[in-house]
Amino acid sequence: MDETCDIASPVKRRRAALLVAVLAALLILPFATQALGYGSLTSFATRIVITAIAASSLNLILGYGGMISFGHAAFYGVGGYVVGILYAHARSGEAIWGLMPGTSDLAVTLPLGLLVCGLLALLLGAISLRTSGVQFIMITLAFAQMIYFLFVSLKAYGGDDGLSVRRRNEFFGLDVRDDTRFYFLSLGLALLWFGFMARLVNSRFGLVLRGIRQSERRMAVIGISTYRYKLAAYVIAGMGAGLSGALMTNYARFVSPDMLHWVQSGELMIMVILGGVGTLLGPAIGAVVLLSLESVLAAYTEHWQVILGPFLVLVILFWRGGINGLISRLTGARCE
Amino acid sequence: MMLSVTNLQAAYGASRVLFDINLDVTEGECVTLLGRNGMGKTTTIRCIMGLLVANGGAISFAGCAINGRAPERIARLGIGLVPEGRQIFPTLTVHENLVATAANRMVRPNSWTEERVCSLFPRLGERRNQWANTLSGGEQQMLAIGRALMTNPRLLILDEATEGLAPVIRAEIWQCLEALRREGQSILVVDKNINVLRRLADRHVVIEKGMTVWRGTNADLDRDWDKVHGWLGV
Repeated sequence: MDETCDIASPVKRRRAALLVAVLAALLILPFATQALGYGSLTSFATRIVITAIAASSLNLILGYGGMISFGHAAFYGVGGYVVGILYAHARSGEAIWGLMPGTSDLAVTLPLGLLVCGLLALLLGAISLRTSGVQFIMITLAFAQMIYFLFVSLKAYGGDDGLSVRRRNEFFGLDVRDDTRFYFLSLGLALLWFGFMARLVNSRFGLVLRGIRQSERRMAVIGISTYRYKLAAYVIAGMGAGLSGALMTNYARFVSPDMLHWVQSGELMIMVILGGVGTLLGPAIGAVVLLSLESVLAAYTEHWQVILGPFLVLVILFWRGGINGLISRLTGARCE
Repeated sequence: MMLSVTNLQAAYGASRVLFDINLDVTEGECVTLLGRNGMGKTTTIRCIMGLLVANGGAISFAGCAINGRAPERIARLGIGLVPEGRQIFPTLTVHENLVATAANRMVRPNSWTEERVCSLFPRLGERRNQWANTLSGGEQQMLAIGRALMTNPRLLILDEATEGLAPVIRAEIWQCLEALRREGQSILVVDKNINVLRRLADRHVVIEKGMTVWRGTNADLDRDWDKVHGWLGV
């Protein structure tokens, strides 16, 4: 009994080996794809890496905290717009609200994107987290849609058509227009984010959050103010999505209200569920699988969702814990 | 007076459950709350913990009126509850259950640590990295007690702590409670099993149909043995 139940070292070792292999593959990916003549794959991998950050941030509140937020795209899109708006002002030379000049330095736009999204999450979270269950789903969706329509109507920043960012931001003088450099920049930030997540979910804060998902009332009876913990997690998740959005605007050199749309929130949610809710790397796996399926299937038919839908249903029905759960079982571990 | 409940009344919607509950616990004392099923024992505890708002009467803990306060604020004053049905966090490990609980607790001299809990319940130490839902019922109960202790409670409340456990395990848990008592821990035990509790407790409170019908020490209990037995249906 002890052997199967103890989350023991052989399993950990196997998983660590798998992780090292994946990391090595990520590091040599741009060189390998160029050598093999599939250079565009680097760009595709960049998109996956950036999206994985957003999915992982949603997973913090959805998977670990049990808060089913259906408005995560709000932070993803606002993070994107911070970069877009700063760039637009840098080009036009006009100060934002007459206060702050625009910039296209990633060392400024990225922290600013995180800050704006953190504050937005604090505000929206403080209100939304007063509710729970279906009401919470609806209120987060409503806030996200409000922000979506706000940006649709903001003609100064392109309205419905969005904003073009002609040149990627610079990063401490480093020109990241080169796809390989931008890939490594995104990968570096994603690794930092996932490292932070790993520390966070195994810290006391993470344990309390997981306890809250299992039973909020039990946590309250123990003397823990669950609202504060949930709000802190919500802010961190908002900042993660903002980071991802800021990178995505740089990647695509374009930002539009589509990034804020509820379909985007839904896609992030699908990634989390597909990969494995409440697991550290599940969202990354979900991002890989969903974006790959999307691009492969879209080559055959424009109605690729017809194939994705049943696939998702099968994963939910038969692979408890998503694809990460399946991998865990194959390596001999148990999953939540 | 550490905990004092006077003339407590409570209802679930339209159905009144508690009519007149009176009970108190002083520092370092062990008190039992006795009564048959459905007499309002758990409801009383729910009112004390703020999980159910009382309709009338007063509850105070350590000099503060706690009626209507949020459960987490009441718990942080120093009440550690071991709830009925154990209610541990099933997919956290034993270690994680204990550590999560110790978040933002009150700092007190002679604080409870994971090591101290494991020396009280050695089985928990052996199962440190196991998920709580893989423990036996008795071990889960020990974990629930350990979890409550990790908050450094001034008063430990146990609601039906030995319900549904094997006699050997029950004995083990009672022994641990005796050890806690000797260390000066104040305890309120909710149970039906008066024979064991006579040894453990200083005073007893019997409730019947939502009212306190008898209060007394062990000596009083000997005198009123037949009466109390009648209420408890032993």
